[in-house]
Amino acid sequence: MARTTSDIAVKPAIEASGVGKRFGPTRALHNISFSVEEGEIFGFIGPDGAGKSTLFRIITTLIAPDEGKIDVLGNDTVKDFRELRKVIGYMPGRFSLYQDLTVEENLSFYATVFGATIRENYELIRDIYSHIEPFKKRLAGKLSGGMKQKLALSCALIHKPRLLVLDEPTTGVDAVSRAEFWEMLKKLKQHGITIIASTPYMDEAMQCHRVALIQEGKILSVDTPEKIRAGFSRKLFSIRAPEKFRLITALKTFPETLSAYPFGDSVHVTFLNDTPVDSLADRLKKEGVNGAEIVETTPGIEDRFLELMEKPGEG
Amino acid sequence: MKRFLGFVKKEFIHIFRDFRTLIILFGIPVVQILLFGFVVSTEIKDAGIAFLDLSKDEISRKVIHKTVSSGFFSYSGELTSFREVDRIMKEGKAKAVVIFEPQFGEKFFREKSAAVSIIADGSEPNTATLITHYLTAIIQNYNQELTGSPAEEIVPVKAEVSMFYNPELKSHFMFVPGVITLILILICALMTSVTITREKEFGTMEVLLVSPLKPIQIILGKVTPYFLLSFINVILILLLSWLVFGLPVKGSVALLLAESMLYILMALSLGILISTVSKTMQQAIFISLVGLLLPTILLSGFIFPIENMHPVYHWVSSILPPRYFITIIKNIMIKGTGLGFVWKETLILAGMTLLFMLFSIRNFKTRLE
Repeated sequence: MARTTSDIAVKPAIEASGVGKRFGPTRALHNISFSVEEGEIFGFIGPDGAGKSTLFRIITTLIAPDEGKIDVLGNDTVKDFRELRKVIGYMPGRFSLYQDLTVEENLSFYATVFGATIRENYELIRDIYSHIEPFKKRLAGKLSGGMKQKLALSCALIHKPRLLVLDEPTTGVDAVSRAEFWEMLKKLKQHGITIIASTPYMDEAMQCHRVALIQEGKILSVDTPEKIRAGFSRKLFSIRAPEKFRLITALKTFPETLSAYPFGDSVHVTFLNDTPVDSLADRLKKEGVNGAEIVETTPGIEDRFLELMEKPGEG
Repeated sequence: MKRFLGFVKKEFIHIFRDFRTLIILFGIPVVQILLFGFVVSTEIKDAGIAFLDLSKDEISRKVIHKTVSSGFFSYSGELTSFREVDRIMKEGKAKAVVIFEPQFGEKFFREKSAAVSIIADGSEPNTATLITHYLTAIIQNYNQELTGSPAEEIVPVKAEVSMFYNPELKSHFMFVPGVITLILILICALMTSVTITREKEFGTMEVLLVSPLKPIQIILGKVTPYFLLSFINVILILLLSWLVFGLPVKGSVALLLAESMLYILMALSLGILISTVSKTMQQAIFISLVGLLLPTILLSGFIFPIENMHPVYHWVSSILPPRYFITIIKNIMIKGTGLGFVWKETLILAGMTLLFMLFSIRNFKTRLE
């Protein structure tokens, strides 16, 4: 496809086509294609071992794909890796901080390495760094999970990257810090930084402009969180009973039950004709499940994800 | 350049904040020098000695008196029969027993030949050899005093001992070159390989690789502090051995320092090479200790002379860089020779350094795989 100069402005920040990667006999990634628009917050959602970190390492030029290619900001991740390494900010799964350096020393080290200074780009990180600045003389190893995360993010941002790659930035961090973190990412949008982040938490998908559901090295679906949710094809019922495990076992014995997954303190169930049988509560009682409450509910992104996992051909 | 300096600064912080690193860097050299100097002393001091005097005349008493008052031995008593010899040695009270034959003094004057028999505890061959040497010397000394000429001979019966260690070790100073060789391998190769693999293990290497830093910048930034500190260490060891043991450098100090720099470079590039093939700190430590430190101690001529080795070890020894450095440093420090005598070793060392450097830079990956 020929592009003219005017097209460059609308060129996607990341364009992956047919990316595959093997580690020995295991297929870490298989035929991955997607594109991320500039300025977007794009999420990769999937369980551990789905291939998110491998994909991020290809994007950040750390490993080369076996098949296909990824263009990042107009540069090939294999050929032009030197160029890309100047403009990517990367926060690996384990916060890559020097535990024996203080907060300030970590930040200024990463600034120097990327040829920047703290003062020059302070504006960019102020919102994030101001939370930990009172502890700038403290060793990074002595920080709490949430503070480590903020410091790692500050370090990844200190050279004003055009693309920010965050590999599971919220894993191992408390719920309040997680919410705060996504707020900070949204604020970065005004600086025109494209952000891709991976997470095993379904609820964080709603914080992204678009998400890709990834499972066993394959992308199941790419869309806005709302559209992914709306893609749920059936009516969903939430059933609550004191004994959840017995409830699931009982539901699975019924031929009408299509799926039954535990979801918080209830069970999300779909049925063959989209309607539970009238006598469901009675039948459950016969199986020894007392006091079951059945209500229809709106499917969340996790429900759609589980549905896609059941029949990966779809979507 | 600013990037590089920032990196070096970070490395120095790592070193100075880690107590263990500091111990290895500066504690071990000092302790080793003092340990080898004082404890692994090859001199005899207060070795227990017993006497079986079958003559009990003036001369034999004088020899006993002289021996005991020499300061090298401590008197463990006088025996009355041969049977006691075995007992006192087994009890560990004496390391040697001196036996005078009957009519020792009479024979000494009349036949100009009297015999003492020295029986030494052969279970410690090193000490036994030394004791017999000392005793023989004392007796001969006394002999000279009496007759005024060394021509007179007392035939001491020597204990059957075999030389286990390098006779050169008797020189008090021989350990300094060995310790320098060992310490530099330890600090340079072990520490650099560990510090690089540490970044891999903690995941910080990932970010360094995604940064605009080039591999050569990372490598140089890593080794520069260790280069400087190792060099300081060499000076420290030399000063220490000079001040504490009075060991001077007989040859050119400048040449010695230059050769040390070459050896440090060699060890550093070995360290980088190790780090490129190991994924964890444990692996790096294992390779450094088993692959480098042990052969350096055993096969470089530090303790066991290369000449006495089995041909296979001889061959292994010749691919070990420390072997050449020990030769160089012994030559300069103890024999006082110049570059003219060690140019071959220097050239081999330089070649090895170049080879390791090329390999390690080629092996240092710009990606994770």
